[in-house]
Amino acid sequence: MGTTKAVTDATFTDEVLMSPTPVLVDFWAEWCGPCLRVAPVLEEIAREMGDKVKIVKLDIDANPNVARDYRIMSVPTLTIFKGGTPVQSVAGARPKSDLVKLIESAL
Amino acid sequence: MSEVRNLIILGSGPAGYTAAVYAARANLKPLVIEGAQSGGALMTTTEVENFPGFPDGVMGPELMDNMRKQAEHFGAEFITDDGTRVDLSGDVKTVYVGETAYQAHAVILATGSAWRPLGVPGEQELLGHGVSSCATCDGFFFRGQDIVVVGGGDSAMEEATFLTRFASSVTIIHRRDEFRASKIMAERALANEKIKVLWNTVVSEVVGVDGKVTGVRLRDVNTNDERVMDATGVFVAIGHDPRSELFVDQVELDESGYVKVAAPSTRTNIPGVFAAGDLVDHTYRQAITAAGTGCSAALDAERYIAGLAA
Repeated sequence: MGTTKAVTDATFTDEVLMSPTPVLVDFWAEWCGPCLRVAPVLEEIAREMGDKVKIVKLDIDANPNVARDYRIMSVPTLTIFKGGTPVQSVAGARPKSDLVKLIESAL
Repeated sequence: MSEVRNLIILGSGPAGYTAAVYAARANLKPLVIEGAQSGGALMTTTEVENFPGFPDGVMGPELMDNMRKQAEHFGAEFITDDGTRVDLSGDVKTVYVGETAYQAHAVILATGSAWRPLGVPGEQELLGHGVSSCATCDGFFFRGQDIVVVGGGDSAMEEATFLTRFASSVTIIHRRDEFRASKIMAERALANEKIKVLWNTVVSEVVGVDGKVTGVRLRDVNTNDERVMDATGVFVAIGHDPRSELFVDQVELDESGYVKVAAPSTRTNIPGVFAAGDLVDHTYRQAITAAGTGCSAALDAERYIAGLAA
């Protein structure tokens, strides 16, 4: 169940900060090779854990404001948000099991 | 326990994918355990200018994507996660991905090499906050800033040259008084007016304030003088180490951790276990040589598997 969703500077507050469930944000960019390989893993996690966590993607090129607010300096950066605040963050492509652990840290 | 397959390939750089193309085409239905950073080292490069058949160059990620598609086309299967444990002894080999076990008669090891950190204070803490292992991933964030690249090989030259697209200055810090990079790469970097070089210098600490890199502590290797240089980004490109931790005590490794094979074959000391690419090769380390040995490994494995049935 579930799939990933694109968010923007305009929708970030509603989709992430106001979300009743924890949200994993994938800060990514088109020109980043490792980002492209994380994407299918996130789809997989969204299918398996979609009832517990929302998974969204933010293109840092198109949405520089949010990326700047959270001082993103590496892509991909994966950050789990709970109750409107970032709980934990990892930089770089990681194995699925690491990402599941990251999500579980906020459940 | 699941079925016993013909062949498992661990790794997904040019070696792993080429092995997958050949093995799949030979109807071995290989399972490729790609690793979380699938596609290997070329995923973090930009233009590859020396892979034959691409007169105008090819983007590293695109080349890897194409190799993967080619293997998939012939029936290879993929798992995009890290192998976590292996048992290579015996006639049936087992590879674990977390709790799930996969079994095969033959295994090709092609896990390549991993980025080597500097191992100095501040580096791990500031990784992703100014310290980077990947210029193409992170260069964008250093627009108009002053940054450093540590290293003296081809990858340091490539990163430094690439980073001049964004940074206002790039300082290459190198511990020797000459580069080990190829002439064409070194000359390209040295000719770039945004790049300067600090020779005979090492980084002894990455300095950060408030969780962000502000500079590097430098030591002159001749005089031992130390000073702090301001920089907001530190790109580390001092080399790679073979990714062989999983295979320690399973197959024979050399003193640097590379898997030993009976060259020119790809046979390790364990029957049914073959190795290819940068995991084996500390000399050439090119996409095309990795692809070449990946091909050899698939042919060696195919012959081994045919021998089992006979």
